[in-house]
Amino acid sequence: MRARIAHIASNTFREAVRDRVLYNLIAFVLLLSGAAILVGQISIEIEKLVVINLGLTAVSLFGVVIAIFIGIGLVSKEIEKRTLYTVLSRPVRRWEFIIGKFFGLAGTLVVNTFFMGIGVFVALFYVSHQFVRADALILVALYFIVLEFLIICSVALLFSSFSSPLLSAVFSFSLFVIGSFAEDLRNFAGMAHGMSRWLATGAAYLVPNFSAFNVISSIAHEQPVAGQLVLQNTLYALFYATMAMSGAVLIFERRDLK
Amino acid sequence: MSAIEILGLEKTYSVGFWRKRPKRALHPLHFTVEDGEIFGFLGPNGAGKTTTLKLLMGLVFPTSGSARILGREWTDPSVKAQIGFLPEQPYFYDYLTAHELLEYYGQLSGVPAKQRKLRVDQVLHQVGLRDVQGLQLRKFSKGMLQRVGIGQAILHDPKLVFFDEPMSGLDPMGRREVRDLMEELKHEGKTVFFSTHILSDAEALCDRVAIIHKGELRGVGAVEDLTSSVQGKVEVIWQGAQVPAAIKALAAECHVTGDRVRVIIDESQQDMVIDILRRERQRLIAVIPVRTSLEAYFVEKLRRAETTAGSTA
Repeated sequence: MRARIAHIASNTFREAVRDRVLYNLIAFVLLLSGAAILVGQISIEIEKLVVINLGLTAVSLFGVVIAIFIGIGLVSKEIEKRTLYTVLSRPVRRWEFIIGKFFGLAGTLVVNTFFMGIGVFVALFYVSHQFVRADALILVALYFIVLEFLIICSVALLFSSFSSPLLSAVFSFSLFVIGSFAEDLRNFAGMAHGMSRWLATGAAYLVPNFSAFNVISSIAHEQPVAGQLVLQNTLYALFYATMAMSGAVLIFERRDLK
Repeated sequence: MSAIEILGLEKTYSVGFWRKRPKRALHPLHFTVEDGEIFGFLGPNGAGKTTTLKLLMGLVFPTSGSARILGREWTDPSVKAQIGFLPEQPYFYDYLTAHELLEYYGQLSGVPAKQRKLRVDQVLHQVGLRDVQGLQLRKFSKGMLQRVGIGQAILHDPKLVFFDEPMSGLDPMGRREVRDLMEELKHEGKTVFFSTHILSDAEALCDRVAIIHKGELRGVGAVEDLTSSVQGKVEVIWQGAQVPAAIKALAAECHVTGDRVRVIIDESQQDMVIDILRRERQRLIAVIPVRTSLEAYFVEKLRRAETTAGSTA
């Protein structure tokens, strides 16, 4: 069982690599080196702040785009091209296929984030010529970004298991945008009354709370991140991704592959 | 033990966006495929052949009914390690090479690593793709993809192989090779179940066939049985240049080619015609019962089904 999931995951990773998904790293490197050179020339004292903010935001956005656009096609493309037929006619269970696909995409994003993270550190060294202890906090921000990707991958896979790629992209991206403002939605729910309070509260807890994962700004200001938040975000991401994946598996297990 | 027992498999889809309405793709289907035979599943396009195969592969779920494959419930995952499947017009991960694809499918089928390498090489040779094994599948022609498809279906040495339109997209040489391969599989003791609408292939290869039309089974039987259900006619051939008037009056068809005469008569008139030839001192060459071709049987079955449907409507 584990071997089959690993084979499906590694094939998904290979597909991403051969479809030149990792070429986004070139765009990222160009963006970051351009920004580092520009910032080095025009800003005083805040070069580091700008590079960390810009670098980590780019890591997050590049990854989100990849997670959504690959995630939505993971299942639907296999059905549409009928590549799934020869996989599921083997001793592969449907849930193994879904989990394998998830790990393949998650692996792609981890590798992508790893190289982008190196890019951020190189740019940081370029503008500040040294590393300080607080720079290690960037690793925490990168870890939170990866957790965010796990949620987005699982959500994209969930939508992909029952709807078309276009609708899945719209749903996933909307969820990402709403999730980024989840704190505001929760505050609004606290102020609302009656029916709207119930609706806003329901929506606020249903959408993934991405605001809790965004520590880029505080890390750029060298503010520490509480260990409790790391634990909380880890558990939250695992819980949310597990729920979304369970939904995807439940739907896919019953789906006719016409 | 039967290789496949289909016990009333039935499929009805819901069609329409807002107001869903049922559309029956397959009426309850009952037949068995014996161990070690080549079984042809015949029908025109849209008859329900692919739906049946998808049901057996667990790609779609039946509305009712069940099946047993190799003596086990068809939903039992362990069954899948012993079956191979070639879908219609197969499409594979085109970023992989033929070698990588077979390697991947070998992994998924649980073929041990040591055997896998050997088996992949063997199969690539068998389907004639050894020279292009390092080429990405996106550069393959339709015929080459069909060969990859056949390769992946037999890679893990299954006991039972399902081929959905295996000759599709192949040139005459390729078709011949697939026919040879199917016969080879049969000699190895494997069961082959294949769907086709090319009747000459079925007639040449199959031990038994089933005919399906509009989702309903129209007939199952051994090819000899189906094709020997003649209209009681025989073909008489003798050496000569003309047809005696007495025979001409009896014959349904007369053909004179060079010094050979060939007539088709009713079986009951066979002795009478032979007596006439003796009297006329003609040299008899052969008396052969006329067999219906599988194609004629097939067309007749479908025509009868259309007539029944028309009269009940």
